[in-house]
Amino acid sequence: MSDLLYSEIETDLRAGVRGLLDDKAPWTSVLAGVEKDAPYDAELWRAVAGQLGCAGLPVPEDLGGAGATWRETAVVMEELGRSAAPVPFLTSAVVATAALLAAGERELLAELAAGERIAVLAVPFSTPPGGAAATVRAADEALTGEVTSVADGMAADVLLVPASGGLYAVDAADARRTAVTSLDMTRRLADVAFSGAPARRVAGDLDAVRAALLTGAAMLASEQLGLAERCLDDTVAYVKTRYQFGRPVGSYQGLKHRLADLWTSITQARAVARHAASCVAAGDGDAPIAVAVAQAHCSAVALKAAEECVQMHGGIGFTWEHPAHLYLKRAKADSIALGTADHHRAALAELVDLPPA
Amino acid sequence: MSTAPPDADELGRQVGEFLAAHDPSATEPLEFLRARFDAGLAWVHYPEGLGGLGAPRHLQPAVDRAFAEAGAPTNHPERNGIGLGMAAPTILAFGTEEQKRRFLRPLWTGEELWCQLFSEPGAGSDLAALATRAVRDGDAWTVDGQKVWTSMAHEARWAILVTRTDPGVPKHRGMTYFVCDMTAPGVEVRPLRQITGEAEFNEVFLTGVRIPDAHRLGEVGQGWQVSTTTLMNERVAIGGNAAPREGGMIGVVAALWRDRPELRTPGLHDALLRAWVETEAARLTGERLRQQLAAGRPGPEGSGAKLAFAKLNQEVSGLELEMLGEDGLRYDDWTMRRPTEVDFTRRSPGYRYLRAKGNSIEGGTSEILRNIIAERVLGLPGEIRVDKDVAWKDLPK
Ligand SMILES: Cc1cc2nc3c(=O)[nH]c(=O)nc-3n(C[C@H](O)[C@H](O)[C@H](O)COP(=O)(O)OP(=O)(O)OC[C@H]3O[C@@H](n4cnc5c(N)ncnc54)[C@H](O)[C@@H]3O)c2cc1C
Repeated sequence: MSDLLYSEIETDLRAGVRGLLDDKAPWTSVLAGVEKDAPYDAELWRAVAGQLGCAGLPVPEDLGGAGATWRETAVVMEELGRSAAPVPFLTSAVVATAALLAAGERELLAELAAGERIAVLAVPFSTPPGGAAATVRAADEALTGEVTSVADGMAADVLLVPASGGLYAVDAADARRTAVTSLDMTRRLADVAFSGAPARRVAGDLDAVRAALLTGAAMLASEQLGLAERCLDDTVAYVKTRYQFGRPVGSYQGLKHRLADLWTSITQARAVARHAASCVAAGDGDAPIAVAVAQAHCSAVALKAAEECVQMHGGIGFTWEHPAHLYLKRAKADSIALGTADHHRAALAELVDLPPA
Repeated sequence: MSTAPPDADELGRQVGEFLAAHDPSATEPLEFLRARFDAGLAWVHYPEGLGGLGAPRHLQPAVDRAFAEAGAPTNHPERNGIGLGMAAPTILAFGTEEQKRRFLRPLWTGEELWCQLFSEPGAGSDLAALATRAVRDGDAWTVDGQKVWTSMAHEARWAILVTRTDPGVPKHRGMTYFVCDMTAPGVEVRPLRQITGEAEFNEVFLTGVRIPDAHRLGEVGQGWQVSTTTLMNERVAIGGNAAPREGGMIGVVAALWRDRPELRTPGLHDALLRAWVETEAARLTGERLRQQLAAGRPGPEGSGAKLAFAKLNQEVSGLELEMLGEDGLRYDDWTMRRPTEVDFTRRSPGYRYLRAKGNSIEGGTSEILRNIIAERVLGLPGEIRVDKDVAWKDLPK
């Protein structure tokens, strides 16, 4: 059985990341950021990736990383989820990094681990682990084709593109990128087109892509956990202080019971997210099942938490000036990202031998 | 003399030695169980001399497994859930040395079964409102009152009993806790037929029942604190089982899905997968809780376990009936019987569905558990209390 607790090192890491995010990414500045054109918060990214060294956690030391594992990375994801931080961590430090690790690509990996360059996998953000398909054609070291809804596409320096014949690296400047108006304003999408873009092959097939999406889905569960916790904490704090009919609204059983149910689901989300992170960290054979369970469960919990957060804040929860909408948009986008809960249940059906009707 | 509590290796060695000295196939079962208790291998976290060795609690499953693999006789825990899960930890926490020595051994071996005389017609969720009266009479107490929903009272040799000893103070303060002899004159057990057709629980009438003061658990007036220990253990006993993946109800339904392709529909498939995921989440949460306990960092996760268990057992047992279609319309047996155990797996799907409805009522309703999580874990304001400072005798009834 995998270790489902947090180690002392992880607890220290969490404190460091949370301290930094409280300082550099309070919700007021996350909210201010969504009004800007910049595709992500570059200063915050430098602090998280460079200063704290979080981008290289799962990368071995001889490749320029910290030599930790996806378990520690998952803790960073929880904290980034808590703040809905607008940084390309999931896309570059998790998915692209996992793809390069699987492909055995050293040089670029070291740059990503240091936070010096940002790479993203050029697939629609909704792609489930088993669903990577090449829509781009490769010929003579040049790519032609289009990919839509690429998360952090505008933030990328390098695009990792699944194409016919394998996985290719393309300098983002050689692609035509169009920013998309995105539901989640804290993790924006871009459409990407290649017309004969010079490309370098980093893998001969798409196995590395599937492995990267599986790892990404596991880490996303931790982001969803952190987001759900934040929504619950904020809501509990609010209902204790908001008075109606002469008593705190948190004294009404109609709200108390829903918050108790939410808390119960979040304790379960913590167990399944930790299990998924441990399984991908250890290369455990149970990883595909653990990830499918984690995504099916955590997507729903994060969404529920964000929806309850809006509802229990009443009118104020419906305003632009309150952070609840940032969490709701992130939660809904996350529930589609890397495969919907329904996709993951369908994958599970095959993995645990419960075939469809 | 104080020795360090044994670790996993040491326990493994002691189990091996015990099995070598007591061949399970050649030893009379009761004799075997008594010897196992005396060797401290019954519940390893209990103190020496009381069936344990003061070892960490999480080492118990490995010991049980080793005995099971050796084909050792069991103490039939399914027949004595209240004794093992609730009476024993309460006696351990509040009993005198003499009480512990008298009661724990035959409780564990299954020679003496227990029931719980808590609920009354006027006091269920509000247990502290109970009216059963105990009046001091020299070295003994005289008890009069009525209890209800008492599971397995028809089988039990002993009961844990809460009574009112001082009606003149607010309800939580005037209660006292006893061990009640179910064979004493004045104890009358009447079956109460339930939703499944059988009578697993009972009404119990107590008329002039004499209980020696030596059978009091805890101080006079301390009954609420003692009861709280019982109730906390009850929730863990109901919700905190360690089951393997696909253990319990979900395994039953998954097997049905695999064996009977003709029953499959897309909607049922979706419901089955959702339940599978939820069951796995509950299983991993229980596992995480056990890891926390083992690391000496108990978390509040246990409070949600019974809540989640009840919801799941009800959903999945309902799903099983729907999946069965025509067969789901049939029931196995409505005969009014008095079962000797609650057995989900050996009865019919219809029984499972109906019996699961009790999971969100017995041992504290789901509503009460939500109150507890909201108030004790999340720190939300308590319910409005109209009865807090009023003497019990003056409360509206
Ligand atoms: C199968 C089974 C076995 C049992 N075995 C035993 C046993 O062995 N020994 C024993 O002593 N008891 C036993 N019980 C009794 C059980 O503990 C009680 O039924 C339970 O505590 C509820 O009490 P009640 O039935 O009086 O319902 P009530 O307390 O009257 O509750 C009625 C409804 O009101 C709700 N409610 C009550 N108070 C609140 C509140 N403050 N906030 C919100 N909702 C509230 C309840 O949740 C419930 O939905 C058993 C019950 C069952 C079903």
